Parts: sequence; structure tokens; C-alpha cells
Amino acid sequence: MNPEFGRFSRWMEGKGPDSDIVLSARVRLARNLRQLPFPHRLDEGQAETTLARLQETFAALEEGWHLRFHRLAEVAPLDRQVLVEKHLISPQLVQEPVRFQAVAIDPGESISIMINEEDHLRIQVVLPALSLNEAWQVADRLDDALEEHLDFAFDARWGYLTACPTNLGTGMRASVMVHLPGLVLTRQVAQVFTTLSQVGMVARGLYGEGTDALGNIFQISNQVSLGLSEEEFLHNLAVVAQQIVGSERHARQHLRQEAGIRLADRVARAYGILTHAKILTSEEALRLLSEVKLGADLGIVPAPSRASFAQLAVLTQPGFLQLRAGRALSPLERDELRARLIREQLVGEAA
Amino acid sequence: MAENPGAGGALTLCQRCHQRPATVQVATVVNGEKRERRLCEECAREEGAFHLVLTPVFTVQNLLGGLVGQGVGPLRPVWGDRRCGYCGYPFQRFAETGRLGCDRCYEAFADQLEPLIRRIQGRSSHHGKVPRRGERQLLRRRELEQLRAELRGAVEREEFERAAELRDRIRALEEEARQVGAGGEGA
Repeated sequence: MNPEFGRFSRWMEGKGPDSDIVLSARVRLARNLRQLPFPHRLDEGQAETTLARLQETFAALEEGWHLRFHRLAEVAPLDRQVLVEKHLISPQLVQEPVRFQAVAIDPGESISIMINEEDHLRIQVVLPALSLNEAWQVADRLDDALEEHLDFAFDARWGYLTACPTNLGTGMRASVMVHLPGLVLTRQVAQVFTTLSQVGMVARGLYGEGTDALGNIFQISNQVSLGLSEEEFLHNLAVVAQQIVGSERHARQHLRQEAGIRLADRVARAYGILTHAKILTSEEALRLLSEVKLGADLGIVPAPSRASFAQLAVLTQPGFLQLRAGRALSPLERDELRARLIREQLVGEAA
Repeated sequence: MAENPGAGGALTLCQRCHQRPATVQVATVVNGEKRERRLCEECAREEGAFHLVLTPVFTVQNLLGGLVGQGVGPLRPVWGDRRCGYCGYPFQRFAETGRLGCDRCYEAFADQLEPLIRRIQGRSSHHGKVPRRGERQLLRRRELEQLRAELRGAVEREEFERAAELRDRIRALEEEARQVGAGGEGA
């Protein structure tokens, strides 16, 4: 296990405008090398050559990017899981076998480039709060820097060519991670998401495609990648995100007015459990943390003294816990450690 | 994150061996009559003819495949053996998985992809970032086209001095393109 992976990423600090609701902003660019089969079609020789070539490219990048290249085959399975839990890589990248997959990460863990996932390169930049433009600027510069060394598959009509035509054009998927307990509690979330799909956006659960919205955390992203400029796509997403923030605030106000005591009771119970429980599953922890976060945002219960909500959410993940413990843990041991860590973070010491 | 993702609903047993769970739907057409059965992969492989693999997950890839089929139901081998001339990827695989084989597949299957791309993306032309290197190539190509047109005009008008000048510039540009494109000159 590599303790280096056990730190928190910069985006989890939870600072910035509307950061009580918008946890992070992410921009991902899909890029492929010209005249080379896409990753799923590479034979072993080609895959090894491509991986070696990309590793050299990253080593040759100008100073200042500070990217560390990790071949996943050389990363322990538990560490891979932690990278997924921290959203630095996708669950797809670590699907066995992982012989030709790699990731390059910067020390602040704002930048991660996945190698040989669905596309040859997936450049990802994650920043706290609604910093979509800032994330795009970093991704754009890194893309330029890589292009000094690599010839990307590009077509004047269709833009950047990707393994799946759903990413064609800009190759860009931008997303915001939002915490929407108010909209969930007032049962408006489904309606909001149906509306999203009508304007070319899509909402997913915490860990992307096909995952549940645990802890009332959702990712909202552009579904279309062709036909507009990157700036236009980002602008549209930012506008939608602002509207969702507005609806969430409205829902919270409504809850407070219409269900004040019941809401207070609910978050206080959640707080009570988290500060006293001896055993917590990851699901229960995330659910209760979401309620406590809502309560803290509304001033009903104290905010966690040290860690942000995002840090706590990651801390409760099975891989992360084991990395912190420095060894593999049984499910019961994990639940116990999870409960202890959350207690410590919420009240400052073991209760 | 849930520690083990749910496996899904109840399983149907294979209609051939009645032992293993059915994961594949096999459609056979005999004398114009379509017959569909659910088999396990082993039995399907033994029978040697399956047309549609049913995966339990509803994915973008599967959806794309369906879109290419334009609602004709289970995918029929209407694509014949159409393949990308560069990487040999069969279009049939795209219809099944939603993934292409290489960047040149876009060119090879352009007629099939064009309406599909329009449908999933809503538009069919790129308005975003252009790679710097690509931009240079594009500009060079455009300049070359223009120079060649000028050259034709100059020759027609018998302006031979002008034509010689143009021919030298065209050669220089072509040489430049050859050097830059040594890693791979495209369309």
C-alpha cells in the first residue's frame, strides 16, 4: 500500500462560492492517438508500446505540471480502489486485467489523466465549488502541452475522435457534484432531473454512470459533446448548476418553514448516531453525514470541526479506511474504524 | 459506495440445458419464421449461431447499437462484412458494442455514422477547440488548394514566370507537409 494515496485531494477542502451545495467541478477531455486502434482493440504489443510512449511523454512534459505516472499493474488493488473512491480514476479503468492501464496525477490531486480507459487519454481536472472555467483552463493548457508531443485523432467536421461517438467533438464531459438533500426530502429531485435531460444534461449518482445517489450526492454533466464550443457547453452547465443551487436553497427554506421541528429532529438524530455509534456501514455513514451536513448548513447542528463533508464522505469508503489503517480489514473492523473516525471528526475526540 | 453492487433480478434458466442461467437470446429464422430462445453462453456457442447478446445492463453502448439498427429489432447481419480498411474492425461490432475500432473507422463508416451522430449529438459539426498542429495542417491544405487554383489560372493565361513562382511555393508547402506528416498523413 502506498500511503501517498491516503491524503485528501484539493477539491475536498470545500471552499468557494456555493461550496455548501456544489462540492466540486470537473472537466474531462477524451483524446486519442492518430491512426492507432482504440484501447479495446490494441493488441499486446501495441498496448505496451502505447503505454511506454505515453509514459515518456509525461516524463518529457515541461516542469510545472508535476505529474506522477503510475502503471496500474504496479499499484496495489487496494490503492486502486482508493483512487476510484477519490474520483481520480473511473471504476472502468481498474477492471481486470489492468496490464496496460495507467494514471498520471499531480500532488494536489486536481489533475488526473487516465491512460487506456475507453480512450487513449482522458484528461481530468477537478476543482472545488463551481470552478468550471478554471478547471477547463487547466485542462486546455495540459491538452496543449500534450499536443506538443502527441498527434491527436481529429477531424475537421467531427472534432476529436473518440472510441464511442457519444464523446465526439469537444471530447469534453464537464460535471458538477452537488449535494441536494433539500430536493430529495421535498421529493422534487426526479422532476428536476427530467427537466435536465430536456436541455442536454444528465444526472448520475456519486460514482458516475450506473451508480446510486448515495448521500444525496449527484453529478450533473453535459450529455452532448459536439456542435458547441467548450465555453458554450460550460456556460450552459454553469447556468443549470446555479438554477439547481437556487432550487435546493428554496427547498431547504421550505423544509425549515413547513417542517421545522421534524427537520431539526431528523438531523439531530443523525448527529446523535454519528457522534455515538460504535459501528457504521459505509451506506449508513454517508446517509447520516448528508443529513448532518444539511443540519450544519442550516445552523441546526454544529459543523464538523476538522474535516469537510467531502473529506468525511471519502474517509468512510472501504478502501480509504484500510489505507488509513495500513492493512486489510474485515467488514466489521471497517465499520468500527469508520464509526471511530467520524466520531473523532465530528466532536474533536473519541466520544 | 455500496461494497458489492447488486447482481440483479431473478435468473431464467437456459432453454437447452435447463441447468445454467440464460444470458443470451438467440434468434433463428427458419423458412421466414422467427424463433427466439434464451440460452446460456455455452449452449449458444455450441449451437454456433447467436445474433444478439443480451447483457443485463442497459448501457450507452447497447443503446447506440440499437440506434444503428433503426428499430429493426434484434440485430440482423445487414452490414454484411463491412470493415474499416485501416484497422479491419467490422461495423457489426460497432452495432453490438457502440464502440469503434480506431479513428479511421469514422471515415470508413461515415455514411452509417453521420445520421447516428446527428441523432445522439443533435448536431453534426464541431465548433470547439482545434488542435494547434491540426490547425496548421488545415491551413496548409487550404493554402495549397488556393495556390493550385492560381497556378491553373496562370498557366491558362500563359503567365509562365508567375506559374513557376507558384509551383515553387506549392513544392515547398508539400515538402513541409510531408515532413510534419511523417508520423502519419491522414485524409
